[in-house]
Amino acid sequence: MSRAEILKSIGKHKPPRRSLPEIPVFDTPNPDLLQQFRQVSEGIEGTVIRISGRVEISKAIHEKFSDVQQIAVSRSSFFPKALELKNFNDPHQLADVDVAILTGQFGVAENGAIWLRETDLVHRAAPFICQHLVIVLHEKQLVANMHQAYQRIQIDDNGYGVFIAGPSKTADIEQSLIIGAHGARSLTVLLSEEEC
Amino acid sequence: MNHSQSSEKFLRDKQRTGWHDASLWFVREKRDAVAKAVPEWETLRTLASEIKQQVLSDLDQYLISFEKNAQKNGVHVHWARDGKTHNEIVFNILQKHHARSLVKSKSMLTEECGLNEFLLANDIEVIDTDLGERIVQLAEEPPSHIVMPAIHKKKAEIGELFHQTIGTEKGNSDPAYLTEAARQHLREKFLRAEAALTGVNFAIAETGGVVVCTNEGNADMGVHLAPLQIHSMGIEKILPRAEHLGIFLRLLARSATGQLLTTYTSHYHRPKPGGEMHIIIVDNGRSEQLGQEKFRQSLCCIRCGACMNTCPVYRRSGGHSYGSVIPGPIGSILTPGMPIGGHPDLPFASTLCGSCNDVCPVKIDIHQQLYHWRQHSEIRQAAAPGKKRLMQFAAWLFSHPQAYRLAGKTARLFLRMLPRKAIYHRWNHWGLSRELPVAPRESFREWYDKNEGKK
Amino acid sequence: MKVALFVPCYIDQFYPQVAIATLQLLRKLEITVDFPREQTCCGQPIANAGYEHYTAATVRNFCESFSGYDYIVGPSGSCVFHVKHHFHGEANKAGIEQIQKNIYELSEFLTDVLKVEKIDAQFPEKVGLHQSCHGLRGLRLGNSSEQVVAQYSKTRRLLEMVEGLQLVDLDRPDECCGFGGTFAVSQAAMSTRIGEDRIADHQRNGAAVITATDMSCLMHLDGLLRRQKSNIRVMHFAEILNGATS
Repeated sequence: MSRAEILKSIGKHKPPRRSLPEIPVFDTPNPDLLQQFRQVSEGIEGTVIRISGRVEISKAIHEKFSDVQQIAVSRSSFFPKALELKNFNDPHQLADVDVAILTGQFGVAENGAIWLRETDLVHRAAPFICQHLVIVLHEKQLVANMHQAYQRIQIDDNGYGVFIAGPSKTADIEQSLIIGAHGARSLTVLLSEEEC
Repeated sequence: MNHSQSSEKFLRDKQRTGWHDASLWFVREKRDAVAKAVPEWETLRTLASEIKQQVLSDLDQYLISFEKNAQKNGVHVHWARDGKTHNEIVFNILQKHHARSLVKSKSMLTEECGLNEFLLANDIEVIDTDLGERIVQLAEEPPSHIVMPAIHKKKAEIGELFHQTIGTEKGNSDPAYLTEAARQHLREKFLRAEAALTGVNFAIAETGGVVVCTNEGNADMGVHLAPLQIHSMGIEKILPRAEHLGIFLRLLARSATGQLLTTYTSHYHRPKPGGEMHIIIVDNGRSEQLGQEKFRQSLCCIRCGACMNTCPVYRRSGGHSYGSVIPGPIGSILTPGMPIGGHPDLPFASTLCGSCNDVCPVKIDIHQQLYHWRQHSEIRQAAAPGKKRLMQFAAWLFSHPQAYRLAGKTARLFLRMLPRKAIYHRWNHWGLSRELPVAPRESFREWYDKNEGKK
Repeated sequence: MKVALFVPCYIDQFYPQVAIATLQLLRKLEITVDFPREQTCCGQPIANAGYEHYTAATVRNFCESFSGYDYIVGPSGSCVFHVKHHFHGEANKAGIEQIQKNIYELSEFLTDVLKVEKIDAQFPEKVGLHQSCHGLRGLRLGNSSEQVVAQYSKTRRLLEMVEGLQLVDLDRPDECCGFGGTFAVSQAAMSTRIGEDRIADHQRNGAAVITATDMSCLMHLDGLLRRQKSNIRVMHFAEILNGATS
């Protein structure tokens, strides 16, 4: 009932039809995407570690997280003896995961965001419920800005997709920036020279 | 209490007023810094404004294709003509799933609909999960800002509130400690939530999905852990295509908090495996506002809050002084058009400085709309009933040059002759804090006549 | 070039020296200026209070007074903004449009029409420029701090031509003074607080004189300054350009 009423009211009240503007191409003023991505990521409280490839992932994790109990991965090859996300039946079981290691599709240099699809997450809750998040990203997979980002993706090819830019944060108490609100307390981006 | 009275009350605490003003100015300055790093900023604003206006010009068709595409994705789509209908839809969905608890992420729309009160009255536990929202919920207050709901609270007050409500240690008001306490407190709620509800930043017609932006990750914690997810959106949240997100996302966080992007920008298209996803499309007066040529542009608002941070009045009176769901400049032009209406004084709660226009990422002509709302007969009457005769007289005076000259001369004479007590009394609101101008013997006109000769 | 001087009502009644300075300044620039005697007020206070529909006769009087001139120049951004953007009416559409095309705020007229490059004046003082909102954001006399555009200010550029004048930088370059017309009375406490904060900014940055394109802002600030018994004075920018001595 509401539906017909609302659509009728809109039809009656809407202004004359206009056309959509052409969206120009916005070039990046900073062509060194890698440098910009690193700098911006660190500016938003993320950590960026350069690695040569898959072989260096576990070393980087060991160095960064010396005393964690539970590590969960989207791909078994990322870390020896880690739990595989696909083996969790229920996302609630991820509550005790200390570190989740996932793959990102690409990064956005202007804001440090990384695009992850449901298939990269295995469980949608994975990057949020873990205490610390690690995203493995191929360093060639960088775009300059959000316009280029959306040119690259089909937002509905997965049931869920997310841009993640830095660790969870809040400034709701007197504007004090606090890292680790509800999502991951830290974000580490492993920027890899070769595809992992 | 009208805005003038409640802001006067707020202003009595001079130090707190200064603190509030500085907190918001800090956000405004952060916004300036990041906006100025984008050379195409003004182009993005123009594009965003054009896209939003185009959406309004074809809104029914966009909503129909949004619905169709969402249904194709396996999403249940509902329509609510008003707040009450919206609340009943939410309640019915919850009942169907025997859900007794709901975790919510920020949604000004549900504030507008009064969802929390409605659900609580129906024995549903409602937990706001954005930290700021949770703070005001525990304090039993409405949010005072649409992006920073607890910006009016000092950390010591939050420390005391958390001590009393969630058992933090007394006297500890360290923001890191309090945030960690809220994290633990809410994590437990997330893990046992039966349903999650979020607001919507953008709804994409072409794909039938919704986009939600948060920094804390609370929307995702709720949605991904609860089996049932509900997204409530106003009819105006539509964007035609995904590519338009590029423009709006570049503007939104920069304008709102001075960030380059919120931490999480989530795109929900299909229910999670084994889950259920609902979208509720709410009108609640919006389609009526669409028919008002002078005011329809207010529907372009993307709820960034930048107009509040820049407003010299908002910064010094706080969001609660407006008494409306959405405070500040945008609230002052949205509220008079809402079905519940009220607050006719809000279009007058502004100096008309126009800073809101220039800061708005979608270029809403807030300043002009404030002016136009003032011309609305019920608004001006209700706001200041005594003004009518005075204005009638002034209008007469200004259209009778001779009378104007005589009145000016007389007024100046009185100002010069009367004793101070007769001029500076409690009814002279100007004179409470300010001196009146020194009345000269000669007006410019008199000087001109004397020195330049009558023509 | 037929130029008419528009003297807003409160300047006429309370600040004749501002109108005199404007008149003299224009004459120094070799402009013949008329003062149409039947002018009163543009009607802004009535319209901003929500009674625009009462102002038809006031608008008519304004248009009659100023018809037939090539340019109308007024030392007030706010009043000029009101005429330019709020005057309307079917009865005298063409007349109103002509007036709206021809009316200029003073610094706009000096910059865009007369293309003034040199001002013969001295003012060896530290001056804070209050950028009155309607001139700044309504008439675009300069860029506002919210905009991401190249920086410019017509008023500032003119003041920089004055010998010895030292402009101080403010913490908030273009925050409102809080005057707001009838707002100053209907929300007196708020208006006062905004004004006090504005003054504090000028004071902190060492201004001895506060100037502006609008005397209305300055009337409000001056009222506060005199109540505070402050040493800071206010002066309309036309007075400074006209060679006022400090």
